[in-house]
This record gives sequence, structure tokens and C-alpha cells, in this order.
Amino acid sequence: MEAVKFEELPVYGKINFQGEQFFCDHDGAMFWPDENCLIVSDLHLEKGAAMASRGYLVPPYDTGETLQKLAGCIDRWRPGSVICLGDSFHRDDSAIGLPDQYRSQLLEMIQTRKWIWITGNHDPAAPQGLGGDCHDELTVGSVQFRHEQKYSQIKADLFTSMYGEVSGHLHPCAIIHRRGKKLRRRCFAGDPQRLIMPAFGAFTGGLDVHDPAFSGLLDKDNMRVWMLGKNRVYEISGNQLSGPDSRKSQMHKC
Amino acid sequence: MSKQENPRTVEDVISSLPDQFNKWFGQKGWSPRAHQLELLMEAEAGNSMLLIAPTGAGKTLAGFLPSLVSISSNSLRTTRKPGSAKYGIHTLYISPLKALAVDIERNLSVPVREMKLGVNIETRTGDTPQHKRQRQKLNPPDILLTTPEQLALLIAAKDAKRFFEDLEYVIFDELHSLVTSKRGQMLCLALARLRSFCPKLKTIGLSATVAEPDELRQWLVGQGPYGEIHMCGLIKVEGGARPQINILKSNKHVPWSGHSARYAIGDVYQAIRQHQTTLLFVNTRSQAELLFKELWKVNDMALPIALHHGSLDVSQRRKVEEAMADNALAAIVATSTLDLGIDWGDVDLVIHIGAPKGASRLAQRIGRSNHRMDEPSKAILVPANRFEILECQAALDANYLGHQDTPPIGEGSLDVLAQHVLGSACGAPFFEGVLYGEIISAAPYANLSRKQFQRVVEFVATGGYALKTYEQYAKIRQTEDGSWRVSNGKIAQQYRLNAGTIIEAPMLQVRLTRHRGKGANVRGGPILGKIEEGFLESLTPGDTFLFSGKTLRFEGIRENICYVTNATNTNAKIPSYVGGRFPLSTFLAEQVRAMLADPSTWQRLPEQVSEWLEMQKISSLLPERNQLLVETFPRDGNFYMIIYPFEGRLAHQTLGMLLTRRLERARARPLGFVATDYALAIWGLRDLAQMMKQGELSLGRLFDEDMLGDDLEEWLAESFLLKRTFRQCATIAGLIEKRHPGKEKSGRQMTVSSDLIYDVLRSHEPDHLLLQATRDDAAKGLLDIRRLGDMLRRIKTGIVHQDLERISPLAIPIMLEIGKEPIAGEAQELLLAEAAEELMNEAEEYGDRLGSG
Repeated sequence: MEAVKFEELPVYGKINFQGEQFFCDHDGAMFWPDENCLIVSDLHLEKGAAMASRGYLVPPYDTGETLQKLAGCIDRWRPGSVICLGDSFHRDDSAIGLPDQYRSQLLEMIQTRKWIWITGNHDPAAPQGLGGDCHDELTVGSVQFRHEQKYSQIKADLFTSMYGEVSGHLHPCAIIHRRGKKLRRRCFAGDPQRLIMPAFGAFTGGLDVHDPAFSGLLDKDNMRVWMLGKNRVYEISGNQLSGPDSRKSQMHKC
Repeated sequence: MSKQENPRTVEDVISSLPDQFNKWFGQKGWSPRAHQLELLMEAEAGNSMLLIAPTGAGKTLAGFLPSLVSISSNSLRTTRKPGSAKYGIHTLYISPLKALAVDIERNLSVPVREMKLGVNIETRTGDTPQHKRQRQKLNPPDILLTTPEQLALLIAAKDAKRFFEDLEYVIFDELHSLVTSKRGQMLCLALARLRSFCPKLKTIGLSATVAEPDELRQWLVGQGPYGEIHMCGLIKVEGGARPQINILKSNKHVPWSGHSARYAIGDVYQAIRQHQTTLLFVNTRSQAELLFKELWKVNDMALPIALHHGSLDVSQRRKVEEAMADNALAAIVATSTLDLGIDWGDVDLVIHIGAPKGASRLAQRIGRSNHRMDEPSKAILVPANRFEILECQAALDANYLGHQDTPPIGEGSLDVLAQHVLGSACGAPFFEGVLYGEIISAAPYANLSRKQFQRVVEFVATGGYALKTYEQYAKIRQTEDGSWRVSNGKIAQQYRLNAGTIIEAPMLQVRLTRHRGKGANVRGGPILGKIEEGFLESLTPGDTFLFSGKTLRFEGIRENICYVTNATNTNAKIPSYVGGRFPLSTFLAEQVRAMLADPSTWQRLPEQVSEWLEMQKISSLLPERNQLLVETFPRDGNFYMIIYPFEGRLAHQTLGMLLTRRLERARARPLGFVATDYALAIWGLRDLAQMMKQGELSLGRLFDEDMLGDDLEEWLAESFLLKRTFRQCATIAGLIEKRHPGKEKSGRQMTVSSDLIYDVLRSHEPDHLLLQATRDDAAKGLLDIRRLGDMLRRIKTGIVHQDLERISPLAIPIMLEIGKEPIAGEAQELLLAEAAEELMNEAEEYGDRLGSG
């Protein structure tokens, strides 16, 4: 194996999508320089509290952790606007019960820039008492933002002669096998028409991009993922991944 | 001791036996054995007892005799008229295996029927249908045969006190195998609860020989509130004829490494031919599969040879068991599923492939042959490589079967305690002080402080976090009178779903289909058994592996089913899958070290092995008993360091992790390591011997005990082992839902992965109760840290370094292991980067499709 020259690799993943340039970072946020806009998806704030209400008393630190990470991303990219791509709160009443410290932390971020909530299946209405705009979907230039994918891939081909779609909802993660080791990471998953964002929340799990839930959404031949590493993002083509449909994965086994 | 308190003689006991019993013994031409009568006498005097006896000594009858006599003598119990008050359970029998409980029901009902005792015996296991469970609650049998998990559920039921109020005896079968696990801790807590229901309760423990019988004797009775140690009585039956154990003498070349013992297949087959029924034991399932296949390759006489291990489908296993009971088999290849005391057929030879790894296990396995005490058992050990020859010989030299090396019981875990506390609240409200008193009466928890107990109660109530935001979701609440009550019925229901301590690795069903190359988009086909998800996920369609005695081709996975076809090529490409590897026991390790140090013992070894040791003596060195040999030599551009601690694979793996960290800090640029039961090899880019000469590296400092401090802490934090342990602790403690087969996919968004919880908890509350429980577990079992610590202390002044120019004879076995194991270390990011770079190269070739699309 040849040594990897880290210094030559970009720290942030660059995504050319619909002729626009996006940067994706290892925290799972995406920055759109031309619009000075930061996009995050599936924050699932207060998921820990929702679990606790069902009798599973998981650590109550997820909301704090997620907000801290979000603040870090905002600090890094200094966006003029932020789009939260749905499922920002784990339950539609979560915003009401949000502990004060988190509320003020969030308000500070919201009030100092343009803030857009996209609704999701977990939070079908705008979170109460926090401000910001709220939309079911949002079109910016040739890109449409929504929580859940709207069309299967074939329809999307026709549709996206006009728009590309950036969505969340599925919590994509990818698996590669190398020398007997299995590596599973959250990822951005995309093809030329569609970009699916990783879940940003501290307690959000991942779903393998080979799961049937993804079937028909991404063009397998042109699929690509950006896996989130510790300090950088790794761009990997779909056929390098392990999974039932990865035709080439055999050659990567040792 | 109790003899003085109890002036009855054996004759008194026999004459006081109810008529049916004496008549029945007479009809059979038997007389009750001395230990059976002694146990009866002690039990009738109100004493709890531990009976240690070898297989075939009539242990089961001994255990049940006091109950049978007591029940049948109580005419009110046996001739109850309809409408009169119902009696509760008289005797509870706890077995580690469902199958064993079913077996006992069958065996016990024969004398009960023949003596017309009118005693009701029923089983209650996970397989018992709901209507029968309900009926058992309303109309309990005299004797209930059950498992630790079912008992935990019974004591957490609202009517527990009433259900058990007539209980007189609790019998624990195979106690030695129960007590060392978390199941044992849970069971001991349940026993404490039973004692609080019925203070006069007597316990009877049935056990194979163990190293420390006193630990079991404490386990069986309540410990004193002021730290006094209490013990029950002990009856020990010495083993019968000594087993005849031989090491296989083969003319073939014994391999340097590996575990298949393929070289000995011909000799093994001959031995099978010369005996009626042979049991072949191996240490892992993959070895079982391989041996089975190799045996059939040479099975010219088409002898009926079968395969039996825990992953095979139940129906397949039952078929083998039935054939075995009918004496229709010439040989059975088995793993530990057949270890416990289930009686099947007339086995006249046990062959053990591979080194025994532990004395008690070997004794138990050899006990399978000739199930009669007066005839010697016959066994052959087949070492699979040269080090195993040393191990086997050391075992025999030390009169090994007499020696016992069962692990110590140890302190109770906090996750198990948390489960028990919630279970107690589900049964009835509790006062903290009272429950604390009950819990420290259970031997594993005798040293639990009140403060620690309060932390556990707090954990059960609200999660025990420094940040108090879950008061509104408390699972148990303190009411005005000070008692703790379960918050609502849902919590109790949830407890019942999640109770138990057996956290299985997620398994996938393996189904055989005829549709090749269609991935998992096929249906039907027979179920072959279950395999760990982790192994199957590492396969690519087209990969072949051995399972269920067949070479199978992996097709794909859909939901929790893995589809396979019969492979055309019978050579499996993927060599093995994990499952049940035992580390070398401390005692055997000691013996092997002693043997290496003393050339006079080598004459008993095969010539090729003693020659090998001679060579080592000439070209390097053989360490003294308390020395640690460290060899360094260059080879193929790398520099190797071989360390020979003989402390078992787990301890070596931990040591390897810690040493590579240290070497990295010393800028020795280590590349990887590999560990076996006997040695550890580390290789890197810099000449370690040179570094030592120049004073850059000191072996004394490298092996300093302080590596078990910060270095360990640091490594553990990132280790996947700890995450896996955390998942088990969190599940047992009720923090996350237990996996229920087939339901895994249902709530993706509703559950939280335990790895995420672990990371968050570690960064916010590193001293949380569950992290503490996790670290305790890891230190005890997974990483053998205690053993590593003992070793580091032992060798402090005894490190001998051999600066060699080339590989030494002793190093050959471990050098052959290099490359077989996946690369160790935490080079995950590197792997990702490698994959990303492949993409870059590809992109250069084909142009960036995505960008241009």
C-alpha cells in the first residue's frame, strides 16, 4: 500500500451539484458559498428526552451536544443564513419543553442570522417560540430543499431537468471493508440529481445506503458518498462500498 | 460439623424413609448411596448443602430426595381435596439450560411414577405456553423446574410472595457453571429475595468439582448483615476410577501453528473405528465444521459421524441427539453445547482436538465417556500444533484432572443489580434500607456499600445523571411513606420484556436456497442455523465458507435472513468465523513455563518437539519460570520483537495494544502486532535492539506496570471492545431495549445506538455508574487485565532480552500467524483515506463524472 498524502487531499469535501459548489464538513453540515448559506438536516433535538419519556433513560446530553456542534459549524462557516432540513426536533412538542439553557443557546443562533426551518415527519409544524421562517420546501435557484425525497430516481431525472433536490430524512451511512475491518460512517449520498444529507443530531443513527429504503432514489452507476471521518470528509464512489449490490467490492477484499 | 448437632445415623435415615422409597430401591436391587442419605439427613435437619460429585454419582436423585420424601410424607399436600386451600410450590429447581430442565423432568418422573408418590412436576421455561404459565400461577406444581431468567420474572410478579410462600427447597443444578456469570449474580439476588419470602428456605447446590468450594457454599446461603461469612454444609464425593488420558502419538509432522489438527485425521479415524461411540470435542465452531469435513473425506467405511454445535438449527441438533441416545452414531463432533451434564448414549471414547485450555473444562468433557463411576473414562488429546503438545503434556504431568481452575466468582456487577432493583419494585414497593439488607445477604454483593446502592437506585429512578432533567420520567418514585414504587404499569411491562442477562450477539438465520446469483431476492429453503451478523456482513456474494457440515456460497442478506447456496467448489475461501475461543488458563500457563525451564521433562515429549526446544536453547534462550523472554530480530525489512508471556490470547492482545502505543510514543514506529495464547509479536520500521543500545528504549520502562494506568484508560476509551461491553451493560441495566429476534428493524428512528450513548456519556459523565460497570467488566473478562497486571509484577526483575540476527525456533509459530489476522490497531482513518485515494485515481482515469453530470 502506498502512503496516503494527506496534505494533498482537501479537508472538506467539495461537491459539484447542479453546477453549484458546496462544501461538506466532517460534522455533517454543508455550506453553499454562493448563497452564504449553511444546511444541516435531522437534528432530532430532544431525542434523549423523548426516549426517557418512554422509559429508556438515556443520557440527557444529546441536545446540548448537537447545539454545540451546530454552533461550531456556524463559527466555522459564518453563514448569513441557515437551513434546517426537517426533523429538527424529535417530537413536534419538543420545542415547548426545551430546557431554558438550550432555548437561549438556540435563540442566539437564530436571532443573529436568517433562519429557515423546513418541516419534517417528526416536526410537521414550525417549532413554537423560536422564530425563524418555516417552509415545507424551499427553492433557491436550481436547487430545491425538502425533508423527504419527492420522486423516485426515474421521475427525478425528468423533474430535475429543472431542479436538483437536497433532502435528509434517511440518515444515510456507508460501509467499506478493508483488510478484514468494517468501517461504518455517516455520509452525504448523492447522484447528479439528488443529494441526501447525513443526520446531524448526536443521537441519530444511520441507515446503510444499500437499505431498501434508498432503492430507486439514487442512480447506482453515478452514486457517490462523502463519508464523515474524524477530521475530514472522504469522497468515495458507490461501487467501492460494501453492500449487497456493490459489484466491484470483491476486488477490494483482502 | 453438623454431625454433632444431628445424632441420627445412616441406619436411622434409611429406616425413616417412607415405605415406598425402600420398596422401590429394593425392587431395583439398589440401595441408596451414602451421600444421598447424608444429604437427606442434613436437609431434614434444616441445613442447606452443597454436593460436589463427579458425573454418574446419582447427583440428581440426591438433590431431589429430600423434596420427594418431604412432599410424599405430607399427606395434606398429596391428597388435597378439591376446594381446600391450594399449596404453593414446594421445590424450585434451577438449571442453566432449558434442555437440562426438560431432561430432568423426564428422568425424575420415572421414580415418582413407580413409587406412586403423587408428586407434581412441571417445567417453566421460555418455551412454556402462556396458558400453562397462567395455570401454574393458579395451581402450582409441587416441583417447578425452571431457569434463572424465568425465576427473575417470577419474583418480579405482583403475586410473587404468595406464589412462593410454601417454598421449602431450592435446588441449583450445575451450580459451578452458573455462578461465574452475570446470570449467576442475578440468580443469587433472586435467591436473596426468596429467602426474604421464606426465611427457613433450604438450598441444595449440585456441582462438579471446583477450585474453591467455599465460594459456592457462601453463595448458597445468606451472608451476615455485619459482614460475617456464612457457609452451607458440604458433601464431597470423590471421583471413581481415574480416567485414562493419552496424547495422540502420530508419526506425521506436527505443524508449527494452526488449530485444525488435520495431520492427525487418519489416526483419529482409526480410533473412532476401534470404539463404539466416540465424542470429539473441539474449542470453536469453525474447528468443528472443519474436523467434520475432514473426517468425512477419509470415511471410507461410511461410519455414521454427526456434527453438533450451538449455531445449528434446533431441529438438526435434536435429530443428532436422538440418534445419539439410540446409539446409532459412531462419532459426534461437538463444541461446548454438549459440555453440560446431559446424558446421551454409551460414549466409550472422548477425543479432544486442540489443547484443553482449562482443567475443569477438560474434566467435564472427559466425564462424558463411560457414564459410570466405577469404570475409567477413556480420552485422547490431539494437540493441533507444537505449543499445544507442551500444553497437553503439562496438563497430564500435573495430574491435571484433579486440579481445578474454575474462575473465581468475583464481585456482583452494578448493571445486574440495577435490573434487580427495578424487578423488585415491579413485584412490590420497597424500602431502601430493607432492600439493601437483602442484597448484601447475597454473597456476590456482600461488599456493596450503601452509598453505591443508593447510586444504583438513583440510576434506576432517573438515570443517575448529574444533569437532573428526567425527574418527570422517573421509573420508580419515592412515595410519602418512604417506599419506592414503580411509576406505572408500563414500566413493569417493559421490565418483563427486557429482563435477563444473556445478551446475544445479533445472529442471522442461514437459509439454503437453490437460486444462485440472485442475491437475497429469493424465498424459501431450509434453515441451517444461525451465524453472527458481524461475520456475515464481512462477506461478499460469491464468498464460500464452511457451515453445518457443508461448503456454502454466500448469496446475500435480506432483513435477518442470510441466503446461501451449495458451493460447487468444496474449498471454502473464508477460513473461519468467530465463536467460543477460550484463553489458556493461568494454571496451565504456569505448567508450560515450568516445563520449558526444565529440560529433564522433555523426554516425555515427541522427538520433533524436544529437538525444537533444544534448538531454541542453542540459538536463543529458554526462560526460567519467572522470566520473560523478549527476542528481537530483523526480517524482510521489518524489525520484530517477540515476547513470550504464556498468559493467554486475551491478555496478550491487551498487552499488544498497550505496547504498540508506548512504542509509538518512543518513535519506534510500530506497524502491527499479533497475539497467540503463548506469545506476542510486534513489528515495526525501527530496530528496537539498536534503540535499546543507544538508550532510547528501556525494556524495564516499556513493561512497567504503569501501562495499566493512563495508557490503558486512553486505549480503552477508543476501543470497540469497550463499546460492545457497554452495550451489554446498558441493556442489562435497562437503559436500552433488548433486541428481540425479528423485531430489530421496527424502530430505527425510535432507538439510539449504544455507541452514540457511550460517546456522549463518556464526554459528559466519565464516572457514570454504567461506565464504571463497563470498565469493571472489561477489566475482568474481556481484556484479562488482572492477569496482565499479575504478569507485569511477576516479571519486573526478570526480563531477558535476546538480540538475535534471525528468527528463533520458538518464534516460528507466531511468525506464521502474522498475516492471517487482520491488521490490528486503530488505523481506521487510514483505510478511509485509502478508499478515497482509489477514487481519486479512478477519477483521473475516467474524468469526474459527477462534476460533468
